[in-house]
This record gives sequence, C-alpha cells and structure tokens, in this order.
Amino acid sequence: MQTDWMVVLEFLPALLSGALITIQITVFGLVGGVVLGGIAGLMRAFGGPVLNLIAFTYIEIIRGTPIVVQVMFLYFALPVLAEVRIDPMSAAILAILINAGAYIAEIVRGALLSIGRGLSEAGLALGLPRWKVLLYIVGPLAFRRLIPPLGNQFIVSLKDTSLFIVIGVGELTRTGQEIMASNFRAVEIWSAVAVIYLIMTGTLSLILRMIERRMRIL
Amino acid sequence: MSIIQFQKTSKHFGTLKVLDEVDLAIEQGEVVVLVGPSGSGKSTLLRCINGLERITSGDLIVDGLSVTGGSSQLRQIRQEAGMVFQQFNLFPQLTALENVAFGPRKVRGASLKEAEQQARELLVKVGLVEKASQYPAELSGGQQQRVAIARALAIKPRVMLFDEPTSALDPELKQEVLTVMRDLAREGMTMVVVTHEMNFAKQVGTRLIFMEHGTIAVDGNPVDVIDHPPNQRMKEFLQRVE
Repeated sequence: MQTDWMVVLEFLPALLSGALITIQITVFGLVGGVVLGGIAGLMRAFGGPVLNLIAFTYIEIIRGTPIVVQVMFLYFALPVLAEVRIDPMSAAILAILINAGAYIAEIVRGALLSIGRGLSEAGLALGLPRWKVLLYIVGPLAFRRLIPPLGNQFIVSLKDTSLFIVIGVGELTRTGQEIMASNFRAVEIWSAVAVIYLIMTGTLSLILRMIERRMRIL
Repeated sequence: MSIIQFQKTSKHFGTLKVLDEVDLAIEQGEVVVLVGPSGSGKSTLLRCINGLERITSGDLIVDGLSVTGGSSQLRQIRQEAGMVFQQFNLFPQLTALENVAFGPRKVRGASLKEAEQQARELLVKVGLVEKASQYPAELSGGQQQRVAIARALAIKPRVMLFDEPTSALDPELKQEVLTVMRDLAREGMTMVVVTHEMNFAKQVGTRLIFMEHGTIAVDGNPVDVIDHPPNQRMKEFLQRVE
C-alpha cells in the first residue's frame, strides 16, 4: 500500500473550510443550547409541577431519540408537517441546540440540587427573596460544579456535528467524504479529518481547563 | 406585646404532628433555652419563628407580623429574627468579611463601604477581625460559627434564633461560641436557643422549655427545673445529656 501525504496538503483548504462550518454549527448550537438547557434545568429544579413536566417531557424525548433522527425530522419531516423549510445549516444548528439543551438541562439541574439546602436556608434566613438566593448563593456555587460535565457535553456536541453528513451540510466529515469519493485516498483523508477534530476538541478541553483552574471548585 | 407569640400553633409533616397546638409567648430580653429529646419538635418550633418551616394551623406572631402572611411579610420577619445553624452554613465562596457584609449589602442595599465597615466591627465583636479575609474552609468550626453569628447580627435583628449552635463542634471549640452567645445575652438580646448545653442554660438562660411530642412539657426557671425536674421524662432526659 502506498500513501501520499501530499494529498492532504492539496485538500487542506477544503478540509479547513469544512472545519470552519463544524465550528460555526457547534458554537451557535451550544450558545443556544446553554440558554435553553439553563432554562429547562431551572424549570426542573425549581419550577412548579407544570413547568417541571414541560421540561421533563422535552428532556426525555430528546435524550430518548438519536440525534440523526432529530435532524432528519427537522430537515425532512418538518417541511411536510408545518410547511417550514429550513436550510441544512439552520437545521444542523437547531439540532445541536435542542439536543445539547436537553443534556445541559440535566447537568444544570444536578449542579443546582447538589448545593446543600443549608446554604439556601442561610440566605433565606437573612431575609433574601428566593431569586436572590439563587442569583447570589446557589448560582455561583452551582456554576463551578457545572464546568466539568458541561465541557464533556461541548465535546460530544462538537463531534455530533459529523452526523449532519446525512442532511448534506458541508461540515468537516462531509467534506472528507466528498474528497475521498473523488480520489479514494482513505487513509490520508480520514487521518487528516481525525487530526483536525482532535485539534478542535483539544482546544476546547484546554479552554475549559483554564476556566476551571481560575475558579476554585467549592 | 410579646415579641414572639405562638397561638395554638401546629405543624404537621404528612400525618406526623411535630408541633401540637403550642401556646407560647416570649418577651423582649428573654433568653429561652429549648431542650428535649430528638423528634420532640424543638428545632421545628424554632424554624417556624422565621418561617423556614410553614405552620399548618394556628398562628404565630413575630414582632407584630404573622408568619402566615405573604412572602414580603415573611422577609420582614426574617430581618427581625437572625438565625444561627448547627452546620454554620457560611457561604463558601465568600470571605469571612464578605459573609458578614452579605446581608446588609443584598438585603438592606447598603453600600459596600458601609457594609464592610459594619462587618469589621461585628468581626471585632466576635473576636475574629484578624480572620476577615479568610474563607470559611480556612477557619475552624468554632471560628466559622462565630462568623455565622456575626453574619446574623449584621442585619440588626431584634431576636436571635440558635439551632443547636455547638452540636457540630469539638468540646474545646464549644466554649468560644458559648462565650460570644453569653456576651450577646448580656447586651440584652432576645434569644431562643435549642441546645444540649445545660450549664449554658443555667448560667445564661432566663427560661427553660422542655419539649415532648410536639408540646411544651415544662416551662420554668432554668436553675429550678434542671436541678429539680418536675417531670419524669425530663429527669431521664437530663441524665442522658449530662
């Protein structure tokens, strides 16, 4: 078997623009996912029965179905059902947002509930309203415990974008697939694709570790 | 007008009656020591005063306000009744000084400078001003509890509630906390204290209440009732804690 690593160099610009799309989907999807997950997590932890049920249903549906099915639904089924057409890029971002949001909701709920009741009571006993206890006491403490599992989810979501090959988004995996189809350089191209993913996830890990180091876990 | 007034106050957890139609009036300046076997309702009685437990029936008036009122009324009561917990419950992300300044800052909206000035004075009072910039994890249990007392005092309450303040402490650390509490009583602070420290009850308490099955079984002068328990259950209880 002969390998020709110069092929990688030749297709590097194409692979990098694929990686850029991967990053875009991940960043936009996760920013939305953190907001959605934060809200759903709060609903789960402190919401009344109705809010709790809404969040619970959302989380169970999303965690119980594969992300490929979710994005297929968004891209192919939604136009039929509701006559909303969305482009592949928006479908991809939305899929990450909704999917990551469900997992992040559980992470947020867990972090909030891990803060001992005594601290909330100490805040309430000073005469603070509940929302201030959440904002000034429970929130900052929960945030510190949020970072490690959140980092995990970020990396999972980044890699999940590769599944959007099924709706034809030109992200990194799709780009690799297309190049491969034209020159059959499987070893070189898939190695390059893997290394680019590693660089992206590695950078993400590094950023998260830096945040964690700056913040003592209490 | 009594500062704290239980009027046929009951508290149920499901079918369990933790407080059973308690009538009790506490006057300004009293140091009431609450004792009793575990499960007798003494902690619940204390926690009803500042609404950490909501009462099931009857009424409970604190400084003229009913704990059955809305949440803003409850917050007002809580600003009049400071609480000290068994597990200290200091905010771990804040220094000792920030812990004490927290209440005035976030509840009363005091300026940072004003709140920290007052916090420093309170830390002097509990003998910990040199620990102002330490975090709770860097303090001993006794020191943490003294900071917690300062934190509760910072909102300028008219009553102080102590929920087994020395139960989580080693014997040699208990004394420093009890000393602070004794000084507070001497200044005329109204105090309600759940504790097993009978010496403290005798020396500092003006009134002792022995609880049993959610009711007040004995109510009297601490020295009298500890030395001559009027009730067989209380006699047995005292033998066990001493």
